[in-house]
Amino acid sequence: MSVKSILIVGVGGQGTLLASKLLGAALVAKGLDVKVSEVHGMSQRGGSVITYVRYGDAGEKVASPIIDAGEADVILSFEQLEAARYLPYLKQGGAIVTNTQRIDPMPVITGAAVYPEAITDKLSAKGAKVIAADALSLAEEAGSVKAVNVVLLGVLSAHLDIEESVWNEVIETGVPARFKELNQKAFALGRKAAV
Amino acid sequence: MKKLFLGNEAVARGLYEAGVRVVSSYPGTPSTEITEYAATYEDIYAEWAPNEKVAAEVACGASLGGARAFCGMKHVGLNVAADPIFTASYVGVNAGLVIGVADDPGMHSSQNEQDSRHHAIASKIMMLEPSDSAEALEFTKKAYELSERFNTPVMLRMCTRVAHSRSLAEIGERSGDELKPYEKNPAGHVMLPAFARGKHVVVERRTLEQIEFAEDIEFNGLNRVEMNSDEIGVIAAGINYCYAKEALGDKASYLKLGIVNPLPVKLIKDFAAKVKKLYVIEELDPIIENHCKALGVEVIGKDLFPMCGEFSQGLVKKLVLGEEAVTAKLEDEIPARPPAMCSGCPHRGVFYTLKKLKLTVSGDIGCYTLGAAAPLGAMDWCICMGASVSALHGFNKARGAESESKSVAVIGDSTFMHSGINSLVDIAYNRSASVVIILDNSITGMTGHQQNPTTGVTLKGDVTAAVSLEKLCDAIGISRVRVVDPYDLAAMEATLKEELAADQPSVIISRRPCVLLKSVKTAPPVKVNADKCKGCKVCMGMGCPSISFRDGKAHIDNTLCVGCGVCAQLCKFDAIEK
Repeated sequence: MSVKSILIVGVGGQGTLLASKLLGAALVAKGLDVKVSEVHGMSQRGGSVITYVRYGDAGEKVASPIIDAGEADVILSFEQLEAARYLPYLKQGGAIVTNTQRIDPMPVITGAAVYPEAITDKLSAKGAKVIAADALSLAEEAGSVKAVNVVLLGVLSAHLDIEESVWNEVIETGVPARFKELNQKAFALGRKAAV
Repeated sequence: MKKLFLGNEAVARGLYEAGVRVVSSYPGTPSTEITEYAATYEDIYAEWAPNEKVAAEVACGASLGGARAFCGMKHVGLNVAADPIFTASYVGVNAGLVIGVADDPGMHSSQNEQDSRHHAIASKIMMLEPSDSAEALEFTKKAYELSERFNTPVMLRMCTRVAHSRSLAEIGERSGDELKPYEKNPAGHVMLPAFARGKHVVVERRTLEQIEFAEDIEFNGLNRVEMNSDEIGVIAAGINYCYAKEALGDKASYLKLGIVNPLPVKLIKDFAAKVKKLYVIEELDPIIENHCKALGVEVIGKDLFPMCGEFSQGLVKKLVLGEEAVTAKLEDEIPARPPAMCSGCPHRGVFYTLKKLKLTVSGDIGCYTLGAAAPLGAMDWCICMGASVSALHGFNKARGAESESKSVAVIGDSTFMHSGINSLVDIAYNRSASVVIILDNSITGMTGHQQNPTTGVTLKGDVTAAVSLEKLCDAIGISRVRVVDPYDLAAMEATLKEELAADQPSVIISRRPCVLLKSVKTAPPVKVNADKCKGCKVCMGMGCPSISFRDGKAHIDNTLCVGCGVCAQLCKFDAIEK
């Protein structure tokens, strides 16, 4: 297996870091070599956030922890506009798994910029394989809007070669005990929605 | 056993395994987690110091006292700590002393892009630079061996991409934690001129010995050569090695440097002789490149690679191989998404009022620096930690009484404890009628909620003495001290007007805990009554991420709103309801 790259993008505060942490743990549990790169600090305050996940066979060492333009096999986007922003990072023929949620950035709120319409259609027209899900509603159904991240991980999981038992294990150990049931439900709803 | 470690977590593991007993740091992205993870080990005493200078001195003292010690900071923190560190280089160590510094190429969360290697060169301190978590752990342990072997502090240089990337690292056992005996040694440790002159000679000799050590790749285990093709050679350290390796793979040979100060001579010359074309790939300043050029070794560096910003594998591919990836892009203009103050952030009401009163605002380092962004735009400058207070004093001394009534400084509680105190003493002592607003949100916010001397809790979670800002201000000679709730816009405005009118120095403490603290109970979201909303957009002037404009009316996102109610105070039509 050659090295694969998954780009996770979203808005600071949406819980992208937990999603990348759980994904990283699942890949390690599969015995793969993994590098995950995050950015903390300033960009977490409602800014555009990006996490890179790269993995390959243990023999196939991952050198760089980041993903460059045209290199992502999959983009997992927590918000539509962010999917559009990071399209240049997608490899030709790559897939975009995106939440249909819209969160206005400050320039749109202040009227200095316009939020583009019909983003998912435009992404498809550019040759991306788009898988869209209303993760916010599914998270509400699971019990909390904060579970958007795990819903989306569930959607993504349907497109990765990782057994359900590995995911269960990772969620079991990776989230606080009192949120375990909520996250299990959120993951299952996401995984089901992907099919 | 191998485990997925965040780079900073791996450094902390390295500290544990190296037997470190004392850690003192000041938080700063991207270095903070080293100390947070170190604090999770029972065998390590770890603390947040008020600033990096104090942290470095605590670590020096612990090392002299016979315990392996560490202090961590971001690149700009190293400037604050430079005073003790330059002389600690002469003093040397009893038990190993390591200074961790994290650079931030690309300035993800920093005010400048300085290259910490200059500090290592200037202070004549050996510096190691890991490229991933496995090396972060291993190099940290080696740094302690080298510190004791060469009787010197050793610097460990991280950068954002190593500090905040997770990769696999091998876990080992803890050793070397026995307390060494302390022996009084004035000639070695008291840096009076007569003693320091002798020590400078020792330091210069030590550097020559370290160069010898850096040459010996069989022995040092830090520098290494990977021979592949003889067409392209690359000299790189840290994350730049990862980018080069990803981009060029077996098409190039590599001299990977783990010791970035001092740099080897013979090793570089020998490597250069084996390849046809030699590149130095290094972010920020051309330090390895200039070293090579001084040796007469021909290299390609900054004439090809940029001086500013981060590198990547794509950049290396483009500049070295002339290859570029195929990419797609939407035709639409994609609006930027800059960071903003959170919904319910207590700072928002302060900045809204500062903007309304059209004041000149001397800014500082923290979440509240976002007060500079649209639509608030209420900040005139921001330099470094603590500078808001002293720069305001200077501004007012330059421009006189009228300026004193139209300008303020804003500084967070943690930043005030870091170095704002000294500046406030200057205002009190040298009398400017300056108005300083301490934004007391009861935590160090921007770096992710660290305790500080005003919070009454230590890094380890123990209850401790809390600095009283009111008493402190009073004690240094500020008699006008006011405390205001920033959620109360009317009170904030009235207090500001009164203090600006006063002809004495004054401090306004804007007090309300960070809304992201777990202990803060938030209210249910507020709602817009569409019948009452006239679409005047006044509420949107605060720059709250929860409020947007849909179909001619204000709209409040109930997943983001925390019910602070500040927007309701602005609405003239009572359209925002609980």
